[in-house]
Amino acid sequence: MKRRTVLSSLGVLVGASTLSACAPLSNELQFNAAPALSLRGTGDLAVAIARADGKVAIIDTSQEKIIAEVPGLGDLSHASIVFSRDARFAFVFGRDGGLTRIDILEQKITHRVIQGGNSIGGAISQDGSLVAVSNYKPGGVKVFSSADLTQVADIPCGSKTVGLVDAPGQRFVFSLWDKNEIWIADFSKSPFEITRFEDIGRNPYDALITPNGRYYMAGLFGEDGMAQLDLWHLEKGVKRVLPNYGRGEEKLPVYKMPHLEGWAIASGRAFIPAVGRHEVLILDTRTWQEVGRIPVLGQPVFVMARPDGRQIWVNFAHPDNSHIQVFDSETLEPLEHLQPGLGVLHMEFSPRGESVWVSVRDKHQINQYDTESFQLKTQLSLPSPSGIFMTARAHMIGL
Amino acid sequence: MKVGFSWLILAASIFLVLPVSADSLSARQQELEHLLKHDCGSCHGMTLQGGLGSSLLPGDLKERSDDALFQAIKQGLPGLAMPPWGPLLSDSDIHWLVERLRKGSM
Repeated sequence: MKRRTVLSSLGVLVGASTLSACAPLSNELQFNAAPALSLRGTGDLAVAIARADGKVAIIDTSQEKIIAEVPGLGDLSHASIVFSRDARFAFVFGRDGGLTRIDILEQKITHRVIQGGNSIGGAISQDGSLVAVSNYKPGGVKVFSSADLTQVADIPCGSKTVGLVDAPGQRFVFSLWDKNEIWIADFSKSPFEITRFEDIGRNPYDALITPNGRYYMAGLFGEDGMAQLDLWHLEKGVKRVLPNYGRGEEKLPVYKMPHLEGWAIASGRAFIPAVGRHEVLILDTRTWQEVGRIPVLGQPVFVMARPDGRQIWVNFAHPDNSHIQVFDSETLEPLEHLQPGLGVLHMEFSPRGESVWVSVRDKHQINQYDTESFQLKTQLSLPSPSGIFMTARAHMIGL
Repeated sequence: MKVGFSWLILAASIFLVLPVSADSLSARQQELEHLLKHDCGSCHGMTLQGGLGSSLLPGDLKERSDDALFQAIKQGLPGLAMPPWGPLLSDSDIHWLVERLRKGSM
């Protein structure tokens, strides 16, 4: 109720400032209608998915409240978001193949296309002009203009595609779940060029790219280890990282695939969720050798570093998805064990890391925690929340 | 005396347990419905139309027998990403899920 009131008064203010732009008004009115609310940046805004309702919420992280909801986005049971380079538009990738462009300031949909039967995620190009979507059905990748979602390219590949990222040089990189390949689509060329890497390992399920955009690494479900591509040296081909990890050990059931996007790099070490083992793997980012493991309480899904790299936050697959464990990235000691409720699906840090926003699906809440004291700072109501996306993502390589 | 005491306990537990178990059965079904939507849904899609995992809509499961579905849920599908749910679900849970899948429309 409270939110609606705020919204409608916002609507009045926006309306008034629009009026003032069209018609001469008295000085007093112009002064009063100074668009303090209508003129604002988006840098402290986040967009959160309400997965069961096909809508997103726009969160003002400074005021710590939901300032708008945008419905009509279809099936968001697995959804993700990237942002335009001006951080004004959010591109929402939905499970039903829907790609929707939302104006965060006007709080409405500007464009929407059903581009496939079943999609999984996407990325925006280095220059911000292209949005790529990876598809399960019919497979492949489609590329759209970020200005109006007109289709620019169709890249069929006969496989479900996963781990789609943007890479420097106006490239998109993705992996083929069914065909065990990594493809690079280079849009600096016209027409675009595809480079294929075959036999990279069985069933790549997701991938990550290092924050500098140099290494693309696909996690493998069908075998141990990860496939790594050095984007500075494509001639060297795909290299296997962690080839002996877990050899001879029986795998535990995986009730939800780990996510590699948002992986953690801290002090020269990368922290990665193990697959089928209740461990976080630690790699040295110079040698890419395993240098340690952290035992955790379940199958990790997200392993994320606080932006300063000092802490590692981990959430878990069913049946342990009510837990969050936090570790010191130097000592690897546990720092905190939070239990916000069933269905902890995602964690998103504020860009400088003073707080983290956590979606708790079955409690229909988004919790904000102070990352130093671990105290709960804010609770927002949103039905079945999943991904939370800060607009700061607009300026990160890979997303 | 001893026997009488046991009977008393048994009688008491019947009174206590029966109504509770009837309630918890439907509560369990709600949990299973929730599990199907959100946890099976994390691979098969929340509307079960498929994702990384295949579609579980009734039309797409026509070729599979109840027993095949039961075994796939209980044991998982070796070589594929489908995990065994046997460690988390009882046989009656799984039978209920198979029946539920036949009905479709989440």
